[in-house]
Amino acid sequence: MPILTEAEARQILEKVVGFSKADECEANLSGGDGGNIRYARNSVSTAGSQSSLQLVVQCSFGKKLGTATINEFDTASLEKAVRRAEELARLAPENPEYVSVLGPQIYDPAQSFAEATAQITPDYRTEVARLSIEPAKKNEAAAAGFFEDRAGFSAMMNSKGTFAYNKSTGMNFTVTVRSNDGTGSGWMMRDFTDVRKFEAAQASQIALEKCLRSRKPQAIEPGKYTVILEPAASIDVLGGMFFNMGAREADEGRSFLSKKGGGTKLGEKLVDERVTLYSDPLHPELPTATWAGDGMPLKKTNWLEKGVVKNMTYTRYWAEKNGVPYVPFPSNLIMEGGTASLEDLIKSTKKGFSLPAPGISAKWTPKLYSTRASPATELFTLKMARLNFPSKTCASTKAQW
Amino acid sequence: MNRREFIRWAGVGAGALMLPLPLVGKSVSTESLLEPRLTQAQKKELADAGLNAAKAAGASYADIRIGRYLNQYVITREDKVENLVNTESFGVGIRVITNGTWGFASTYEVSKEGIAKAAQTAVAIAKANAKIQTEPVKLAPTPALGEVSWKTPIEKNAFEVPIKEKVDLLLAANAKAMENGANYVNSLLFQVNEQKYFASTDGSYIDQDVHRLWPICRVTVIDKETGTFKTRNEFSAPVGMGYEYLEGRKEGKTTTPAGAIVYGKSYDILEDAAYAALQAKEALGAKSVQAGKYDLVLDPSHLWLTIHESVGHPLELDRVLGYEANYAGTSFATLDKWQSKSFQYGSKMVNLFADKTQVGSLGAVGFDDEGVQCKRWDLVKDGVLVNYQAIRDQVHILGEAESHGCCYSQSWADVQFQRMPNVSLAAGKTPLSVAEMIKNVEKGIYIIGDGSFSIDQQRYNFQFGGQLFYEIKNGQIVGMLKDVAYQANTQEFWNACTQICDEGDYRLGGSFFDGKGQPGQVSAVSHGSATARFNGINVINTGRKI
Repeated sequence: MPILTEAEARQILEKVVGFSKADECEANLSGGDGGNIRYARNSVSTAGSQSSLQLVVQCSFGKKLGTATINEFDTASLEKAVRRAEELARLAPENPEYVSVLGPQIYDPAQSFAEATAQITPDYRTEVARLSIEPAKKNEAAAAGFFEDRAGFSAMMNSKGTFAYNKSTGMNFTVTVRSNDGTGSGWMMRDFTDVRKFEAAQASQIALEKCLRSRKPQAIEPGKYTVILEPAASIDVLGGMFFNMGAREADEGRSFLSKKGGGTKLGEKLVDERVTLYSDPLHPELPTATWAGDGMPLKKTNWLEKGVVKNMTYTRYWAEKNGVPYVPFPSNLIMEGGTASLEDLIKSTKKGFSLPAPGISAKWTPKLYSTRASPATELFTLKMARLNFPSKTCASTKAQW
Repeated sequence: MNRREFIRWAGVGAGALMLPLPLVGKSVSTESLLEPRLTQAQKKELADAGLNAAKAAGASYADIRIGRYLNQYVITREDKVENLVNTESFGVGIRVITNGTWGFASTYEVSKEGIAKAAQTAVAIAKANAKIQTEPVKLAPTPALGEVSWKTPIEKNAFEVPIKEKVDLLLAANAKAMENGANYVNSLLFQVNEQKYFASTDGSYIDQDVHRLWPICRVTVIDKETGTFKTRNEFSAPVGMGYEYLEGRKEGKTTTPAGAIVYGKSYDILEDAAYAALQAKEALGAKSVQAGKYDLVLDPSHLWLTIHESVGHPLELDRVLGYEANYAGTSFATLDKWQSKSFQYGSKMVNLFADKTQVGSLGAVGFDDEGVQCKRWDLVKDGVLVNYQAIRDQVHILGEAESHGCCYSQSWADVQFQRMPNVSLAAGKTPLSVAEMIKNVEKGIYIIGDGSFSIDQQRYNFQFGGQLFYEIKNGQIVGMLKDVAYQANTQEFWNACTQICDEGDYRLGGSFFDGKGQPGQVSAVSHGSATARFNGINVINTGRKI
């Protein structure tokens, strides 16, 4: 039920927008089905399923905005939601930063839905857990993991005639395998739109192998090391940075993209030229909706190109105020790969670490990034061009951007 | 961060919903927040329908939570109101044990039919998972309480205060900051009301009305010439109180030996906003700290976070056992250390306790989310590790027969699990003021307010910043410092504790959004202490060039 077709979604949204007597009205409709399973100590700890369907209505009178949400979809309830949003808009103080809704747009067709993911069953999730737990048990280790999947849709319409619709699926899997002697630990993550690309046994096997190789870690002294970030670690670092790439904060002087004496670092080389960071809703491995929540089309955008800051995100208000194009927040983030393999990176490292993922304690401040090892703890010291020994937890602190 | 989290935080969807609370419900009018949804009798009838359906489907135990979660946010910056949001989340979560295995399901269809269907789903999930279950659930007994109720002892329900009054207060605070030299100011007011009805097959029917509040005021001063800026965060605490917290009562204020004003049971946001601007400006021009060893004098507005990260988290039994190994992490405070009965977590004057009953605290409730009456218990006594935080299906591991009563779920839609109770450092027994403490420090730093932090997955090695730093030389505060962060490991830090001020200086700080679990859940928790001294702690200069 929660995954409405484009025609069904359009029908509901047309009703909603038609009910509005406000100057402007915008409605977002979204829903989906999802499920998850969590296990630890080689046993299932929790599992559940969720269904959701929700309509958000925003109405405005001049620069006064009201928002209401509802999860009932009969005609009377839809009208009630619109009236409530209008009532809140009348009560709200004027927001001088309110910007009128967008007019009609043209969108690229999205590739974000895979039927196989939408058909995942509770038995499939249990099997994913079993494929972690049994190999761990055989190797005197304990698996702790989490698998979740979701299939859903989103649609929006506004009173200027904009309509957008998208269906999407996704699955995410993480697992930590720890040796029973308490010294070894391995972590692995997988994330796909299409579950047919997911090999549960292989993913858990990698975590198990890392666990077995990381037993009996040695302490090392603080100092300068080369750090190799595996993809999950890289994207956590970059994601943290990216959430602070707003143009307004940079213009206001409170961002790592602010410059001494005023202005921003847009167009300046910020990091090594091997770093290119972009977003692309049509990327085959990370397909997403091709529109933002306000109906703005999402296109491939370079944020860092060969180390140079090419774009910052703009809100519509800030873009209009500064007379520049609106750059919405993207729906994915991709760091362009080089030509070397992980093995190549390891071989070319004299003294360093391989870091699978940063810990959840990692925290950005507007100018400071510090990170620690993941919960999984496995850090491999690379020395003299080979994996030498596993090391205990460590922290890198105060990388200044 | 996975894709779903990225997209969620990236703002795809209505801006009004991109807030850090679990907004699974609908936005509602202000007036409707005050209207009751169900009578107690109606809730009991629905609860019984769910429990009976679970038993009929094969559950050996079941509990049900009928929850109405109300949130209101008032969000401003400078002279503008950015958003006003009212939300209500209403639904039912039902948890069962079948074949020795947990199962959980939730529904927003609050009817006998909808609840019965959710109960059957929960039992079906438990049966499916029982196939690969290796450790059957062992549930500690808890007495049947019959029909009981509890309410946060508030003087003024924040939801009854007109929005205009709240908007005016925040805008006035913003104006105070701007008048005193701020370039930017963001102030917010979070208000939460959890109306929770719990029932279980043990025979308990518990109705609770829980209130929380958090005023935020973040003041930024920019120095364009140097490209630097300083944001001074509010010295308020998130509290389990009503709107009376914002009355700025005189008895809630403490003027520190550094001149900064800090707050206890009452907060003056206008005064704090003005001082925040002045202090941010002063901090920008302060002397950069010389790295080295210092004696630290830590105000409760700072120390709460260190307690949270280095005591609260490592003593969560699920972390110790490995249930959070894949996400939140594990713990250095392993069972063998506890079993030794001699693990010196801190110095002999360190007494750390858990308490779900502290008045005004975020974690205070009458009963936890599995029907256990809340209480206080020791975690570290005279410096020695003596206990953990555990719930009904864990306490048997500690050889105890009674849950500690610290089970919580962020909403009806999420399964309840072990969450951190209020964890606090007991005040010193000998009369001691902050001024007297500082008088004996030769080379030290006095830190007020919490800042950035980093701690490893076992909660052992850490680093903490702060808001304001004052240099102490030969018993005197000689000026403000900047670029200060201290590093230590949990055991050496708490063993370096040499003095704790008395009860008169005891204040609470806390976290409104403490995260844990997969799927992630937030909870609110307070941490109390009096000002405490830690000798010979390593301080780094965070402004250094690498």
